[in-house]
Amino acid sequence: MRWLFNLSFRHKIPLWTSFLIAFSIFVVGAALMTRAYQDMKAAVIISADNLGHTLANTVAPMLLHDDVWRAFEIVRSPIRADSARSPAQVDAVVVFGRDRRVFVSSHPESLPMLSEAAALGADWQALAARLASPGLVAWPLVIEPEGSSYLYIALPITDKDAQLGHLVLRYAKSVFHPWFVATIWQGLGLGLLVLAVLIPINWYWGSRMASPLVDLAQRMGTMPRQVPEPLPPEIYPYADELGQLFQAYDRMVLALREKAALENEVVRSERLAAIGQLTAGIAHEINNPLAGLITAVDTLKLRRDLDAKALRHLDLIDRGLMQIRDTVAALLVQTRVQARPLSQHDLDDVRTLIQPQVAKRRITLDWSDTMPAELPAPASLVRQILINLLLNAVQAAAEGGQVSLWLGRKADSETCLSIVVRNDGTLLSNEQLAHLFEPFASTRPGGHGLGLWVTYQIVTQLNGRITARNVGDHVEFVVNLPLGDTPCNTASA
Amino acid sequence: MIEGTQLALPNRNRRRWLIDSACLAAAGMIGLSRKAAAAGKKIRVGMTPAFLHDQHSLLGEWRDFMADSLKRPVEFVQRDSYRETMDLLRLDKLEFAWVCDYPYLHLKDTVRLLAVPLYQGRPHYRSYLIVHKDAAGIRSMADLQDSVFAYADPYSNTGYLAPRYEIRQLGRDPASFFRKTFFTWSHRKVVEAVASGLARGGAVDSYIWETLAHVEPALVKRTRMVSRSPEYGFPPFVAHRSVAPAEFRQMQEHLLGTGSSEAGRRLLARLYLDGFTAGTPALYDGVAQMMRAFGEA
Repeated sequence: MRWLFNLSFRHKIPLWTSFLIAFSIFVVGAALMTRAYQDMKAAVIISADNLGHTLANTVAPMLLHDDVWRAFEIVRSPIRADSARSPAQVDAVVVFGRDRRVFVSSHPESLPMLSEAAALGADWQALAARLASPGLVAWPLVIEPEGSSYLYIALPITDKDAQLGHLVLRYAKSVFHPWFVATIWQGLGLGLLVLAVLIPINWYWGSRMASPLVDLAQRMGTMPRQVPEPLPPEIYPYADELGQLFQAYDRMVLALREKAALENEVVRSERLAAIGQLTAGIAHEINNPLAGLITAVDTLKLRRDLDAKALRHLDLIDRGLMQIRDTVAALLVQTRVQARPLSQHDLDDVRTLIQPQVAKRRITLDWSDTMPAELPAPASLVRQILINLLLNAVQAAAEGGQVSLWLGRKADSETCLSIVVRNDGTLLSNEQLAHLFEPFASTRPGGHGLGLWVTYQIVTQLNGRITARNVGDHVEFVVNLPLGDTPCNTASA
Repeated sequence: MIEGTQLALPNRNRRRWLIDSACLAAAGMIGLSRKAAAAGKKIRVGMTPAFLHDQHSLLGEWRDFMADSLKRPVEFVQRDSYRETMDLLRLDKLEFAWVCDYPYLHLKDTVRLLAVPLYQGRPHYRSYLIVHKDAAGIRSMADLQDSVFAYADPYSNTGYLAPRYEIRQLGRDPASFFRKTFFTWSHRKVVEAVASGLARGGAVDSYIWETLAHVEPALVKRTRMVSRSPEYGFPPFVAHRSVAPAEFRQMQEHLLGTGSSEAGRRLLARLYLDGFTAGTPALYDGVAQMMRAFGEA
C-alpha cells in the first residue's frame, strides 16, 4: 500500500482525483437509482390508486346486486395477458365481499371466487389481517409482504356510507426489475460517458499541477551539491499556495546564489590579500639589498680604471637591477601619496594619453562622464586606474572594435564614484574570471599581467570594489570607489 | 399510463331509464308505431342472445338482405338480455323478434310464431352442460353439486330453465343445489365464464356452443361438454300480434325463402343455419312442460 503513497504527484494527483470522480459518480448514480426505483414504485402506487378508484366505483353496484359476471368483466378489463408488460401493469384484481371472501377475481383459476383470503396464501393472509385491523383509515393501503414478489394495493368499495368490501390490486415486482436494470444500464452508460470526458481533463489538470512540483523537487534534490537554477517564471503563474511556494523557492535560490557569490568573492579577496602580503614582503626583502646593489653599481661606474668590457657588464647589471626595481615597484603598490582631488583635467589627460593606442587599433571609443568640477577622490590613483582599465580594454577589444567608458557618481549612492569600462573582445571564461586579478595572470601575449593586479590593489586600498563580468557580448569592468569614509554599497556589481 | 381504465360501464341504469321513459310515453308511442308500420315504413326486428348477436358485420349484412327483400327499411334492435327485448315487445316497440323459446312461451299473448330456424336440418336444439376442460371426474349435473354455476339468462331455456329442471329431476332444489350461481346474460359468456374458471360448470345452448366452436375455437376448446339435454324447439322468430296479416305473411315468406337466393344461402352459412320452417307451437311443448313443473305456465 505504501508504494501507492510514494508515487510521484504526476501520477498520484490524477489517480486520486480519478478515483474520487469515479467514486462520486458511483455514489450519485446509486442515489439516483434508488430514487428512480422509489419514484417508479410511487408512480405504480399512484396509477394503482387511480385504477383502483375507478374499478371500486364501477364494481360497487355489481357487488350490491351480486352480479358476478359483470363484476368479472370489470376486474378483467385492465388485465393484459399478451401485451408488453410494464411495471404499472396490474397483475391481478380481486374483489373481497363483506364476508372477506373473494367475490370475484380477474384470475378465477388461481384466485377462485368464494375462497377465504387465508386460503389463497401467506400474502393474502397478511393482507386480510391488515384489512381487518381496526382504525385503518389511510387509503390506499400498500402492502409488500416480506419475501413476496408482489406488491398489493387495497381500496375500500363503498356505496354511499356502506362499505361493501375491498378491492385489491396485485402488481408483480418481477416486472419492476427488468425496467430497473434497464435504468441501471442507462445510468452506467451515462456515468462512463462522464468519466470518459472528465478523466482526461483531470489527468491533464493533475499533471499540469504536478509538473512544477516535480520540477521543484528535482531542483531541490541537487541542492547540497550545487545552487539550483531558478524556476522558469511561466511554469506556474498563479498566486495560490503552490505559486507562493515557487516564489519562495525563487527567493531562496537568489539568496543562495548571492551567498555563494559573496563566498567566492571573500575567498578571492583573501587569496589576493595573501598574495599582496606575500609580494609586499618579498618586495621589501628585495628592495633593501637592491638599493645597496644599485648604489654599489653606480659607485663602480664612477671609477675611471674600468675597461670597456667591464663597463658593458656593469651597464648590463645596472639595467637588470633597474628591471628588478621596476617590477618590485609595480608589485609594491603605494597608495599613500598626497591626495589631490580629481578634476576634469585629469580625465582629459587620460584621454590624451591613451589616444595613440586607440588610434593604432582603430578602436571606437565611446566616452561619457558626468564629472562635476571636482571630486574628492585621489586624482593620481584614479588616473592610474583609468589608464590601466582603458589600455587593457583597448588591447582586449578586437581590431576596429569598440570600447566604452562611463564615469560618474553611482546611481544609488551620492558618495560613490563609479567607473564602467566595456570592450567587445573575447568573453572571459569562468577560469579567467576566477584568477583575473592575480599577478602574472595575463592571458594576452606580451602582457606582463600586472595591470589588473595593480588596479585591484589600488581599488582595494581605497576601500573600493572592482568586478569583472560578461554582459551580453561585452566584457565589463566596474569600479566603485567611496568618496569619503562611507564604503560603497557593494550589493550590485 | 394505465391501460384498461376505460371500463365497459354497465348500461343497465341507462336502459332502465329508457324503459321507464318508454312506459310513460307508451300510449302515444303505440299509436305512432302503428301508423309507421301501416305506412310501410321501418320494420323493427329485435335481436337477442339467442344467437351470436354481437357479430356486427353479420347483422349488417342480414339487415341489408332483409331490407332489399322486403323493399322496406329494417332496423335491428339489439338487447343484451331477453328481458329487455320482451319489454320492448310488450311495449309494442318491435314488430318482429328472434327470441328464445322460453320467452316465446312467456309472451304467448303478445306474439305469434313466425318461423323457426332449421339447425342441422331440424328445428331443434339442446342444452349442453359444460365444464372446464381440465375439470376431470365430472360426468353429470350431480357431480357439480356445491360448486359455482353459470346460467345464461333468467329467460333462457337451455341456459336456465333446462338445467334447473334437470336438477329438479335429480330430486334436488335448484335454488340450493349449487354453492353459488350467476347470470352472464348470454350463452357465449357462459362459455367464457367456464373457460376462464370463474364458474365450475355452465349450461349453454347447443347451437351457440357449436357455432362458437367454428368462430372461436380456442375459447370452446377450453371447455368440455358433459351432458346433453333432450331436444327442445329452436328459438323462434315471433311477430307482434299487432302486425298486419299481410306484413306477417310477407315476413314469413321472406324468412322461409332465405335459402332460395345466393345471398340468402351465404347468410345462412354464416349463421350456421340451414333455413327456416313455419313451425308449430307444439314444438315447444317440452318447454311448456318444464315451465309447468316450476309453476310458471
